[in-house]
Amino acid sequence: MTERTMAPGGTPSPAPVSGRRGSRGRRSPVVPDHRGARTARRGQGPPFSARLRRDWQLLLMTLPAIGLLAVFHYTPTLGNIIAFQEYNPWDGVLGSPWVGLAQFERLFTDARFWSAVGNTLVIATVQLVFFFPIPIALAILLDSVMTPRLRLVLQSIVYMPHFFSWVLVVTLFQQILGGAGLFSQMLRRNGHAPLEIMTDPDAFLFVVTSQMIWKDAGWGTIIFLAALAAVNQNLYESAAVDGAGRWRRMWHITLPGLRPVIVLLLILKLGDILNVGFEQFYLQRDAFGSAVSEVLDTFIYHQTLVTGNYSAGAVAGLVKGVVGLVLIVLANKLAHKMGENGIYRRS
Amino acid sequence: MSTLFEDRPVWAERPSLPARAAKNTSLAVIAAVIVFPLYVVVLTSLSPASAVNEAGGLVLVPQGVSFQAYADLFGGGVVTRAVLVSLGVTAVGTAVSLAATVLAAYGLSQPGSLWHRPLLFAILLTFLFAPGMIPLYLLVSEVGLIDSYWSLILPTAVNAFNLVVMRAFFMNLPQEIGDSARVDGASEWTILTRLVLPMSKGVTAVIALFYAVGYWNAFFNAVLYINDNAKWPLQLVLRQYVQQGQQLSSNSVIGDAVQGTASAPNLAIQMAIGVVALVPVTFVYPLVQKHFTKGVIIGAVKG
Repeated sequence: MTERTMAPGGTPSPAPVSGRRGSRGRRSPVVPDHRGARTARRGQGPPFSARLRRDWQLLLMTLPAIGLLAVFHYTPTLGNIIAFQEYNPWDGVLGSPWVGLAQFERLFTDARFWSAVGNTLVIATVQLVFFFPIPIALAILLDSVMTPRLRLVLQSIVYMPHFFSWVLVVTLFQQILGGAGLFSQMLRRNGHAPLEIMTDPDAFLFVVTSQMIWKDAGWGTIIFLAALAAVNQNLYESAAVDGAGRWRRMWHITLPGLRPVIVLLLILKLGDILNVGFEQFYLQRDAFGSAVSEVLDTFIYHQTLVTGNYSAGAVAGLVKGVVGLVLIVLANKLAHKMGENGIYRRS
Repeated sequence: MSTLFEDRPVWAERPSLPARAAKNTSLAVIAAVIVFPLYVVVLTSLSPASAVNEAGGLVLVPQGVSFQAYADLFGGGVVTRAVLVSLGVTAVGTAVSLAATVLAAYGLSQPGSLWHRPLLFAILLTFLFAPGMIPLYLLVSEVGLIDSYWSLILPTAVNAFNLVVMRAFFMNLPQEIGDSARVDGASEWTILTRLVLPMSKGVTAVIALFYAVGYWNAFFNAVLYINDNAKWPLQLVLRQYVQQGQQLSSNSVIGDAVQGTASAPNLAIQMAIGVVALVPVTFVYPLVQKHFTKGVIIGAVKG
């Protein structure tokens, strides 16, 4: 009865029989089969053994991904228990001595930790204020290019740096703006002092924000361009007919059209505030000094793999992870409150 | 008339001359800011020694072409090996990632299938909580992957975002196709490979590109997991010899074959390493660019 496929030679059934398709299918919300579509919903469907016989191939297909995540995501997540230990490699995760919350105490009294927290929050705030609006403006600018071919070329150019590694981006910045770079070389030839912004701690926020803008502002336009394409063109036409000029149309039609995407991305950004990136800061830590460039992730790295104190790094990672989790959940709540989809939905 | 080339709707007025000038200038400046550094780097890597010496550094004006820097790089030294390592990791990694992602995305795309909710939940949960660098490092060393190329692949093999994008795409395909094939006795594997994948070439290409770029650009996992510098991928070599400016001559960066003979200037070789790192990405991504919007937007909307 519950078999989806008939044995060869059997009478082919007119519609898939059991509860999997039809009753819950997105495309065909209610296709009653002979049992009635709704009976299949809550555990009253086909018995477990029949569902297993029907779906074992699908389960087998998910196995590699689930296995990889179980080993390389969930197992190390459990490994965070070393934050409550004085971990040493000889005794391992299970044998190392337990120290309760001592690691947390040590972390919270460490001035370098708070410095890293401060730097992370400053960088995130600067990103939010100076980076966030740029893809929106750039998308509107690109959207106003009326020649399709030119637009495609421009899009190809501005997307490109997103696909470069941070090593490459930092290298490019050094070659152009660094003390031995192109501009310094020109300045020196004309008897001026070379540029120092690539090593000046006061210029750090400016430099890293410029790098982020150079690398990712173009890529960030994609979602806004899609939202712009979804705006009903008739609105523009009737507004134009009614005498609304270019700027009024942008203010009253374009920006309201972008509003949901802007709100959503803003909220998600707030939930992700502790993740400012890692490689960019790791790569430039020596050049600018750790006082300005140490963020939470680089702190964890240097804490542990330089000193060999694994528990100290793990405890900082755990604190960051838990705070990050709380922030994401709160951000999603906020998104739902404002009538947007978060990164997950209550279904 | 310029209207011949423009898709301007009839009701839209043409902007005033100053407005057009301002718009075109800003677009030109934006494009130049992105292209200019690439131009300088590529040009310097292709310049003969005389041009680099005369410029006293990076070259702005072309003065002849020399492939000496590339000949040195690919003469069998550190860079040659690093390129091979990066190509190998990228190829194997992309294959592993794509296979695991496509299979799981399809396996979870059938409404009402057994356990699809808890399994999907377990995958989505990885969005919200990262295991942390140190426990992951300890796990990788515990399972003996330090200094193995697999350490550059397995920990990042499955990206939940890519999986969810792919699954959303599969769910948007007409269910009837799979249903009728099942009635005819087709296995799920047959439905996936013969029916679903041929209809999903665009999104598959985008996801493959995302994975490939990730593997090609990966830097920090190699810092963590690869101690043996004979196994370094290209990004580490780029960091060591270009960003940190470690002297090339003191190491066998250039091939043995060309060592001692006339070789390209240090700077040209450094820039050539940079070009080798950026060229594959630059040439591959425009091929799938037209599918970007679809893939990204479906993920964003349905995730």
